[in-house]
Amino acid sequence: MRTIISSLLFGMSAMIASPTTVLAATDLNITCRCVIGGVNSGMAEWIQDKVIPAFTEKMKANGKEVVVKLTQFGGEDEQLAQQLALDFSTQSGPDVANFDGFLIPSFVQGGLLKSLDEVAGAEVNNWEGWSHIPEGLKALMSYQGKPYGIALSTDARMIFVRKDVFNKAGLDADNWQPKSWDEILDAAKKIKEADPSSFPLQINAGVSMGEATAMQGYWMALLGTGEQVTDDSGKYIVSSQGILDTLKLYKTIYVDEKLGDQRAQLLADGRNRTFANFRDGKTAMLIESDWFYRSVTKPGAEFAVADRDNVMAWKKMPSIQPGKGLRGQDFVTVSGGTGFVINPHSDTPKEAWELLSFMNSKDQLTAFQEIQPAIRIRDDVAIPNSPFLTETAKTLLPITTARPNDGNYNKVSTEIQRMTESVVSGELSPENAMEQYKAAVIAIVGEENTVSH
Amino acid sequence: MKTFSLLSNRAGALFLAPAAALIGVFVIIPFFWVIVVSFTNRTLLGSTALNPDFVGFQNYIALFNPLTFFSRGQFGFSLILTTQFVLLSALVGQALLGLILAWLSQTVSPKIKSFLQTAVIAAWILPEVVIGFAWFAFLDFDNGTLNMILRGLGLPPGDWLLQNPFWVIVVFNTWRGAAFSMMLFNSAFQSIPPSYFQAADVAGASSLQKLRDIALPLIKGHVVTDLILITMWTFNVFTPFLLTNGGPSYRTELLSIYTYRIAFKDFEFGKGAAVGVIIMLINLAFALVYLRMARKKPAEAD
Repeated sequence: MRTIISSLLFGMSAMIASPTTVLAATDLNITCRCVIGGVNSGMAEWIQDKVIPAFTEKMKANGKEVVVKLTQFGGEDEQLAQQLALDFSTQSGPDVANFDGFLIPSFVQGGLLKSLDEVAGAEVNNWEGWSHIPEGLKALMSYQGKPYGIALSTDARMIFVRKDVFNKAGLDADNWQPKSWDEILDAAKKIKEADPSSFPLQINAGVSMGEATAMQGYWMALLGTGEQVTDDSGKYIVSSQGILDTLKLYKTIYVDEKLGDQRAQLLADGRNRTFANFRDGKTAMLIESDWFYRSVTKPGAEFAVADRDNVMAWKKMPSIQPGKGLRGQDFVTVSGGTGFVINPHSDTPKEAWELLSFMNSKDQLTAFQEIQPAIRIRDDVAIPNSPFLTETAKTLLPITTARPNDGNYNKVSTEIQRMTESVVSGELSPENAMEQYKAAVIAIVGEENTVSH
Repeated sequence: MKTFSLLSNRAGALFLAPAAALIGVFVIIPFFWVIVVSFTNRTLLGSTALNPDFVGFQNYIALFNPLTFFSRGQFGFSLILTTQFVLLSALVGQALLGLILAWLSQTVSPKIKSFLQTAVIAAWILPEVVIGFAWFAFLDFDNGTLNMILRGLGLPPGDWLLQNPFWVIVVFNTWRGAAFSMMLFNSAFQSIPPSYFQAADVAGASSLQKLRDIALPLIKGHVVTDLILITMWTFNVFTPFLLTNGGPSYRTELLSIYTYRIAFKDFEFGKGAAVGVIIMLINLAFALVYLRMARKKPAEAD
């Protein structure tokens, strides 16, 4: 029935459209969570001003007329994922879509994504780019060894620090590298004393921030207790000292000592509030990914930090105590990657793949570097002269961790967000919140796939 | 009574067929489909998307699990919250406010009356997204209009959407929907012969006495209709989502918002369908009461 209706509609729209476009060009749609002048502005500029003209030109030279349309999605990551899930399940949506790698397992298991060679044919495997992408980075958008998309870059997380705010409280930020959670809390308390209206320390929590809560908040603390969300055999840890310590840290920051902006974790536009607090010098320490430096606080952006080179620095996230972190590490971080996938129901999968591979060609990624430098996944795309990127890559990538490549992680992550929200809002004690988390995760993955320590 | 028909039964059926087919495809089949899905563990993401299992009444049992029933973010909490929301915002708020406005507008000058009605109806006809945004801007903690007024008056500002989210949506829904009750009562009052009130005036009755002893008994049928209609609407309303997203911490998660979250954010179609079926049953009960009342009405008029 659906196909009948859609073919009817298609026929109607073709009848309306046909007089104007006699020689119909191939239409390609690409969607990203990027808006020129808004969120991820650099990506939108790159696609609109570099990729699309060059791609149209290249296809024309090959005798193919293509019209590429960029849809700039201004909502949150979760909203785009929700939109794409519904689009893909109804055989609609853009041909090429911006996608967070961690969602791939659940989409694949749900039959909503197909591997690149399944969608676009065997020529995918002959792409020159694969030989320039290390296996570990290919895995960002892969499931069970097959690539479902191509990541644009990888990232890492750290504490961003406002040196000027530190100085006002009599702390020397340049020589400060916390080695334990207590040292972070001590610094935050001193700053809070110096300016009681400030929110010196912000670690993400809550439902409205979605995966940002998990990545920038929960994981960064949990890894410092020596645990991950799953154990080595892939079972979800639902009750442990590490979870409890993490939740207690949240409670100290948001409920007991009021060191962080609790409202920012509970309101719908909370993440932007944390950015604004940092920009305005209300927050001295914010745990974020390198994206925060590359895009959010970039000069000219909405949350640009004035005189950034002099007032902003980054520090490694310490474990709860030295040597107590994951794998016995002193410092921890976690990485993910976003990129683009091809809609399995694309009418023009070959052209979609040509666009995707063209975006990830050496020339185009180099052009992207000029707009917004990052650690690109191709080894033949140079990291531009950016001390920040070179240093963070050198320091953090060797100690980083990835999320479980598992179809249930997405749902468990939602429970993590709920658990942190109930602690941060002061509604539940850490013990009760963990109890609720345990029950919820068991309901998702089954008791046999969980473990309590 | 003998019935006359313009068309033969066959021709009538022919004319009905397209409409019946449409209703069948878009109403009847989905209706039964939802019931079927509610007995499975079907999801949109993950392995149960392609291979859902038949789970019997498990979804329903999970919804009514006494261990979690009353905790926030669960079905029971939303059900109770929705009941409170209906009682306060529809029955007390909309109906009472609408009645007062309608009664007042009987006595004021036509100019004030038309101004009053325009203002109230404007709140009713504006698109929901516009309204939602306007209220959000009105209540914002830092730059909201309400807090600016309070600060200007030297009063402490309130963090309305975080501290009193439930009362915010109650007031919001009252404000939003009072127009309907007002218009309905207005026309009901106008159907009462003016001579009744003139006689009462001569006898020296107060406005309250006239309302209580003359107006209300005469419009009893309208009142019941109004209450049932706004109860059904408020029970299913989704607009508060635009203000609070159902939060913070599910404190404003009405049943409609709960269903949306389960089915279209968590993508658990089976569980979401089960909630949908229960909501359908509740609405069916309302509708039956309403239909019974409607059928009784002619008798009442005698």
